[in-house]
Amino acid sequence: MKRIGKLAGLTLALALAVGAAAQPADAPFASTYQRREAPPLAIVGARILTGTGADLADGTILVRDGRVEAVGQGIAVPDGYERIDGRGRWVTPGLIDAHSHLGVSSSPQTPLSGDHNEGTAPNTAEVWAEHSVWPQDPQFRLARAGGVTTLLVLPGSSNLFGGRSVTLRNVPAVTVQEMKFPDAPYGVKMACGENPKRTFGARGRSPATRMGNVALFRRAWIEAADYARRIERARSSGGEPPRRDLQLETLAGVLDGDILVHNHCYRADEMAVMIDMGREFGFRIGTFHHATEAYKIAPVLAREGICVATWASSWGSKMEALDAIEENAPMIHAAGGCAIIHSDDATLGQRLNQEAGIALAAGRGAGLAIGEGEAIKWITANPARALGLADRVGTLEPGRMADLVLWSANPFSVHAMAERVWIDGAAVWDRADSRYQAPSDFLLGQPGQGAPR
Amino acid sequence: MIARLALMLLLSLAAMAAGPARAETFLIANARIATMGRAGTIERGSILVRDGRIAAVGADVAAPDARRIDAGGRIVTPGLIASGTGLGLIEVRSVDAANDRATRLPGISAAFDAGYGLNPDSLLVPVARLSGITRAIATPTYAEGTGAERLFAGQAAAVTLGGQPMLMRRGVAMVLALGEDGAERAGGARGAALTSLRAILADVRDFARRRAAYDRGETRDYLLSRADLEALVPVVERRMKLLVSVNRASDIRDALAFAREERVGIILEGVAEGWRVAAEIAAAGVPVLLTPVDNLPASFEALGATLDNARLLQRAGVLVGFQGNGNHRERELRYNAGNAVAAGLAWEQGLAAVTINPARIFGLDDRVGSIEPGKEADLVIWNGDPLDTLGRPSAIFIRGEAQPMRSRQTELRDRYLPAVLPSPSQGAEP
Repeated sequence: MKRIGKLAGLTLALALAVGAAAQPADAPFASTYQRREAPPLAIVGARILTGTGADLADGTILVRDGRVEAVGQGIAVPDGYERIDGRGRWVTPGLIDAHSHLGVSSSPQTPLSGDHNEGTAPNTAEVWAEHSVWPQDPQFRLARAGGVTTLLVLPGSSNLFGGRSVTLRNVPAVTVQEMKFPDAPYGVKMACGENPKRTFGARGRSPATRMGNVALFRRAWIEAADYARRIERARSSGGEPPRRDLQLETLAGVLDGDILVHNHCYRADEMAVMIDMGREFGFRIGTFHHATEAYKIAPVLAREGICVATWASSWGSKMEALDAIEENAPMIHAAGGCAIIHSDDATLGQRLNQEAGIALAAGRGAGLAIGEGEAIKWITANPARALGLADRVGTLEPGRMADLVLWSANPFSVHAMAERVWIDGAAVWDRADSRYQAPSDFLLGQPGQGAPR
Repeated sequence: MIARLALMLLLSLAAMAAGPARAETFLIANARIATMGRAGTIERGSILVRDGRIAAVGADVAAPDARRIDAGGRIVTPGLIASGTGLGLIEVRSVDAANDRATRLPGISAAFDAGYGLNPDSLLVPVARLSGITRAIATPTYAEGTGAERLFAGQAAAVTLGGQPMLMRRGVAMVLALGEDGAERAGGARGAALTSLRAILADVRDFARRRAAYDRGETRDYLLSRADLEALVPVVERRMKLLVSVNRASDIRDALAFAREERVGIILEGVAEGWRVAAEIAAAGVPVLLTPVDNLPASFEALGATLDNARLLQRAGVLVGFQGNGNHRERELRYNAGNAVAAGLAWEQGLAAVTINPARIFGLDDRVGSIEPGKEADLVIWNGDPLDTLGRPSAIFIRGEAQPMRSRQTELRDRYLPAVLPSPSQGAEP
């Protein structure tokens, strides 16, 4: 299972191996994230959406040592806990943005700061998004104020294999290693459809068509399987392994099931082709991103266990996005699938909760009876699953990492503000306390910083 | 019970929409009416609509012979007005053939009139309308690549999102980008853009006095084509405002000074740092259009972008209109207003910024923007807060005609919805 380690010729010492694909402790560019110590806290009297489907009125949640200690109604608050009045407020798990380009497509946008599309060849599986992340991107702090505690930062979609993703804790940091979610599995970004064929077709080279896209995908998987075979042969016979190849290493990691597939793919028919391609080469697609036509094959995606990360409002920017509907996520949900509301945008990424609200209201308008307790999964538990972190974040259950948001109102409403946000039980945002609102280095001393963002 | 009443209301509206779309006399009763006019908000009142216009509004409106629509205590607002959109001009952003917002034709910049080539059958129209938008300012943009050096994008047109004709009023503003974008079009420097503009306006004034001489070839050479010069005459005569995109505080000051010195009327658009010079904008009596959720320091001219912008400008006395999130995403206009309210703007001001304020900014307030006698009957009945993600329209009227509550998107939804609904007989997936 730990093919990354084998490929790299590394030992298989694993840090706290939970989940399918934790990274070896001596993996390169290892996380240096440190949970901040914080006194235990209790939020009392809030409406709590736990991310498991439960919707608790007048609930209490206890947090200790960075973990959720207890959640429920009528729980007594032990001595020594900071007591937070939750009456009239809502509590949810910290939001998880399953499709972000923060740090790799930063503000301000300059010709020099667009670091998310390598795009110089159809296959750039060798690049790692973490090597582009600028921790001083002011957008991280804005997402924090929107309740986002974990982000999947992806390379762009201009080519077939955009590179490796990185999963970040949304904490102020100077290095990307300080933000890396410890032991989060890696992902690879793949893109169907218009983007790769337009990018390379315009340069007079392959892929220029959708069939060209698939042909190059298949060629890459054939090479990756061959690479994996040669390494395995060398390992079993004691021969010389092939020279390490970063591109093939990422793809072989997918074939081994260690690296998750995040596939930008809009059209239903293309998703069906990609599912079959996965069967041909023996890998699973974890999540279709954007996936604006997912509702057309909702039962298939539910059966295949593939998550759908999408928007509510975005449509029509491209031909392949023409059939987007607001009810996409609720229809995936109704079919028993894994629906996710994502941002792909630094403005929208500050209000994932509202985008989920648009989808929820549209779903209800279409007659789908979905409660807030279920819909909150679209921005918490389900993206946690897509990131391979379902056993650690995304729900408020005893033992889970204590990522929480205290909302001023129903979080699906425009009127809801994230009053306070915690990551691993430590406060990272407080609307009423400037100590938690510090902007990035970039904005220090810049003009026009006198108003709150 | 309430749900059943709502259903009856919707069914009756659907029946109206299915029939011939003809303005009739009707009374919307039992409504909470946000008039956006002098009457303010009427907690429980009625609106009488006759011949497509509002005949009366108030707590007591007698209309015994009018068909009665019971709003069930719901909120009724004026139809929303989307500013700075491509509605009617665009289908798919990445498909050039389906995008009429910009031209590369030499000699047609200021003369480009978005009021021509409007497509009332655009798929975007019902989608925007289903979010309560009944009118829009179809606004030209700049083409990329060749022709990018043009200073003026063209003339915006006011359009109606239901019934014919689509064109409501031509030439409601002349679109001009300054700041970073304008500098780029003027060869790379802000100073060049402003200098070039002054030279052009001098040409236009000269041309306006000496058309006959121009046609005989007896004037000096002008920078622009005859069509462009002609199009700018209403600007120098103060019959058409310049819609000037600027963001940086200093650029806003430059635009205000330019307007004052050249004696032209302007509307400021974008104004990310408007809050920093709010008093100066207010003193100049210049209105602004902004997108309240734009808080990213996305460029060096928007380092001071903040969610507080709308509130601070409004507090300073500036007339503020809101914009949506562009073309296909215009339906998010009302959520943008809701976010400004969440950031501290009064709810009535948030609603005004998407109704009466844009009507005033573009000189349309004699016809739309509020629920007052004599105005065209653009009305929306909402099942919740119009500015909230959780509220949605339950009925929409334009010029007194009930609009279909359908779009291509609802048709796609309804085609695929049965496959995800639990089957009553077996409960298994189809």
